[in-house]
Amino acid sequence: MPGGVGGVRSSLIGPYPDWAGTLLRTMTEPLFRVDGLVKHYNGQRVVDELSLTIAPGECLGVIGPNGAGKTTTLRMCLGLVTPDAGTISIFGLPIPAAAREAKKRIGVVTQFDSLDPDFNCAENLRVFGSYFGLPRATIAERVPRLLEFAALQSKAAAKPGELSGGMKRRLSLARALINDPDLLLLDEPTTGLDPQARHLMWERLKALLQQGKAILLTTHFMDEAERLCDRLVVIDCGRKIAEGTPRGLIAEHLEPDVVEVYGEGAAACATAHAELAQRVESSGETVFFYLRDAHRLLAAIADRRDIRTLHRPANLEDLFLKLAGRQIRDDA
Amino acid sequence: MKTSAATPPPALFAAPRISLRCWPVVQRNLLVWRKLALPSLLGNIAEPLIILVAFGYGLGALVGRVNDLPYILFLASGSICMSTMYAASFEAMYSAFSRMQIQKTWESILNAPIALDDIVFAEMLWAGIKSLITATAIAGVLVVLGISRTPMLLLALPVLFLVGLTFAAIALVFNALAKGYDFFTYYFTLVLTPMTFLSGVYFPIEQMPMWLQQVAAVLPLSAAVELVRPLVIGLWPVRWAQPLAVLLAYAGLGYWIALALTRRRFFR
Repeated sequence: MPGGVGGVRSSLIGPYPDWAGTLLRTMTEPLFRVDGLVKHYNGQRVVDELSLTIAPGECLGVIGPNGAGKTTTLRMCLGLVTPDAGTISIFGLPIPAAAREAKKRIGVVTQFDSLDPDFNCAENLRVFGSYFGLPRATIAERVPRLLEFAALQSKAAAKPGELSGGMKRRLSLARALINDPDLLLLDEPTTGLDPQARHLMWERLKALLQQGKAILLTTHFMDEAERLCDRLVVIDCGRKIAEGTPRGLIAEHLEPDVVEVYGEGAAACATAHAELAQRVESSGETVFFYLRDAHRLLAAIADRRDIRTLHRPANLEDLFLKLAGRQIRDDA
Repeated sequence: MKTSAATPPPALFAAPRISLRCWPVVQRNLLVWRKLALPSLLGNIAEPLIILVAFGYGLGALVGRVNDLPYILFLASGSICMSTMYAASFEAMYSAFSRMQIQKTWESILNAPIALDDIVFAEMLWAGIKSLITATAIAGVLVVLGISRTPMLLLALPVLFLVGLTFAAIALVFNALAKGYDFFTYYFTLVLTPMTFLSGVYFPIEQMPMWLQQVAAVLPLSAAVELVRPLVIGLWPVRWAQPLAVLLAYAGLGYWIALALTRRRFFR
């Protein structure tokens, strides 16, 4: 409400310096705001009227299938792609006009590692720090701390080629932190990692959130989104199709229980018991029953020998599949 | 590439905005080079040395004097320009392409507060510095072999730095257009190699028909030879304004076009 605040200021405080207005505005405005963003490639809308906000210290998850426009949106936020329409403001700075200024306070982890193969881990951090114009002393002080944060102390002298996938991603994250950013843009930070490496990464990201850093995270792992994000935006074909907290979204769009049925008898089971569920979907040999109360269905199918069942609470994956559909995309 | 009607025309040819932020990028390349400096330097000197020995002493014995100079001095004063040209071109094509396309180094730098204008300028500057290192090493060889021992050799070095910048700028244009390393072979065999024969490196331009001499007058390498040859011999260049203008024009326009094409490549 900048208008209301402005009115109070002018009537009660009287004349005030310019910076006071700027300060008040930055205190009340979100850290990150994207409004009505549009981008076309080859006549196709890849980002369509997308609006996002992130408050200081918040983790916003952007989830969507491959080709949904997640990476393009991030690149527009960094001033690397010019939007066809819409506005982007980070720390109150307009992007792309003030992208260079804004990037001083942003850390980026791209989808594919772009570590410098000619440098070892410590040198990678040092050289990246020099791109921010940081004083040598500041860099020297931060590098060992970041190596420790990334659990790479013993690898300081190793080159990226000698690191595992998880280590490379953690080094990328450490590199993104060299300028002590207020906002992190993470593009699928755990894609391609094994379970241990993913859990270690999640732990580190949670630690960063506790430090008060804001995070914009794109992912297509729903468990990742559920663990880390305060708020989620589901996008498909560049358009926002749902927004809310992970639990809130599930409650809003789905029945609380899911019974998955596999096996030869699954298809027959679906036709026989469809009326016991609020919604039935099948994908390949699996039938998904979405229900408010699973007991009647479970009792009805308990004696069947030609199926196996799994009873579980509804999760983000169900939400995502409901909103984005189960069919495989050409570009997936 | 088809663009939709809503796409505003990207300002590809907007004036370059170069800042001091480019310097860490130059330093990055210098740091990498330092790790491989010795083998790289040996490679840089070996080829010009072979050319000097083979053509200079071998062919020189048959040719005798050219333009009133011992042939080896004539050749050395031209081939130092040629080596500078090749050093800068290699760096701004093969190496810059590795950093831009293969290693994604430029992409990660763009996530820091450094603009593409700075990165392309830094690559040009670095290729110029690297070619100057080569030129300095060759000048050292000339002194050691006693081919040229004039103090004016020192004045040739800043000119050779400009020559390096010029060829780096041109190479960056082709770098911005390249889909793979193969593309650069065309530039080397169809542009640079013919240019060495048209620019008075091996024989005087005056040996060629008039129309070829007119072509040579606007080639950056012949401009380089015209400025550098007298300095290596120990004389002031007779004509300096035009060749200097040719080099500066290629460097300036080359950088600008390279930047525009690189912007198109990165920002679409």
